[in-house]
Amino acid sequence: MESGTESTISRGLAELIAAVEALIFVSDDPISAKLLSEVLGEDRETIEAALEALKNEYEVRESGLQIREIAGGWQISTRTQYHDEVRQFLKTRPSAKLSLASLETLSVIAYKQPVTVPEILEIRGVQSASAIKTLLEKRLIITKGHKETVGRPMQYGTSKDFLIQFGLKDLTELPSIEDFEDLIQ
Amino acid sequence: MEQQPEQFSFDFYKETAHIDGGSGDQLKLTLGEFAGPLDLLLFLIKQEQANIFDIPIAKITNEYLQYIRLMKQLDISIAADFVVMAATLIEIKSKMLLPREITTEDGEEIDDPRKELVDRLLEYEKFKLAAEMLYERTTIEQAVFTRGQIESDENNAEINASVFDLLTVFQKILSRHKEEVMMEIHREEVSLADMIRNLRKKIFDELELDLVTFFNEMHNKRELVTAFMAVLEIVRTESVKLVQRKTFGSIILRKIEKAGV
Repeated sequence: MESGTESTISRGLAELIAAVEALIFVSDDPISAKLLSEVLGEDRETIEAALEALKNEYEVRESGLQIREIAGGWQISTRTQYHDEVRQFLKTRPSAKLSLASLETLSVIAYKQPVTVPEILEIRGVQSASAIKTLLEKRLIITKGHKETVGRPMQYGTSKDFLIQFGLKDLTELPSIEDFEDLIQ
Repeated sequence: MEQQPEQFSFDFYKETAHIDGGSGDQLKLTLGEFAGPLDLLLFLIKQEQANIFDIPIAKITNEYLQYIRLMKQLDISIAADFVVMAATLIEIKSKMLLPREITTEDGEEIDDPRKELVDRLLEYEKFKLAAEMLYERTTIEQAVFTRGQIESDENNAEINASVFDLLTVFQKILSRHKEEVMMEIHREEVSLADMIRNLRKKIFDELELDLVTFFNEMHNKRELVTAFMAVLEIVRTESVKLVQRKTFGSIILRKIEKAGV
């Protein structure tokens, strides 16, 4: 291999994996394979291979950290097993949970998006205005423009923060709503 | 590799309202609120261990109404949607009492007044279970930590605000401002002496003054009364007279020119 100073292509796989790890570490948001490939000047396949290898490394080593795919990107985080120790150190307690009404509203929005307030009312049988306000404040949902129907009601959908807070790669990772039918009675 | 997530206790129902089935007709209510009328209805059906496709509507309606009454007694505000559902239940109950065609020639069941409600309950229950799933997910996610944010211009919390944040802050400021304005109550007092001085100056400067114009300059009833009294006073004491050129014409205050002045 050439010892290219400006060439980014000349690194070996081990070096690439290390570079990928560094970028995942410094990125505030989960970093996408596409962005990694642009920054590192490698093709997507090579990047994907490096990501898999990196993820594997952490698992084999039984690290306290994990590399995982979330919200369309990759992220480094602690493993759930060590939450007690981490909490003790950070002196934090689990943050307040969403209310039942908010969770229900969120589930309707997640599965029916883009969805309007009247449509949510139809399913929940109850006004959801305050739940929607809470979800907007927590940035779990975002507005998705007006629906071209009578009154042009605002439509809502889930945000990237929703994927992050619920540990989802993307929306397709949610179990299908039909799956819940089997659970009923 | 095997990743054994720790066992968390998912106490989804512990945090939600429920009624403990008492003996007989007694219902023991655990304080709290159901997420909605459908939630309450599902709960009552489950408690009765009734088949959702064959809801004992009379019984469930009674229990539903009992719950609403209990809420009223306890002074818990009842959302309008709960009342709407009560009306729906009563309507279905009365329809069930009417004779109806149970089957077509094919033996297919038609026109069950409960059908629409059952469909809604089934649809709702799916989302309720999905909400439960979300609850479990967020519980797991709360056990996962990422590193703290590296400070940079982009993620500076001070400027990383959405339009929604701005709007919230703006509304807060507006409401605070409103309160301040309401505190500012003051009354402007113009004394009769001031008013006379003012009026005299006007007449002596302009020699003539239309009364309507003068009165129009007043800001409130109190000032008007003072102004009127000032006019009476000035006419009585000073060398000023009131002139009306034609009937119903405007009244003018005029300075009396003294001979030799």
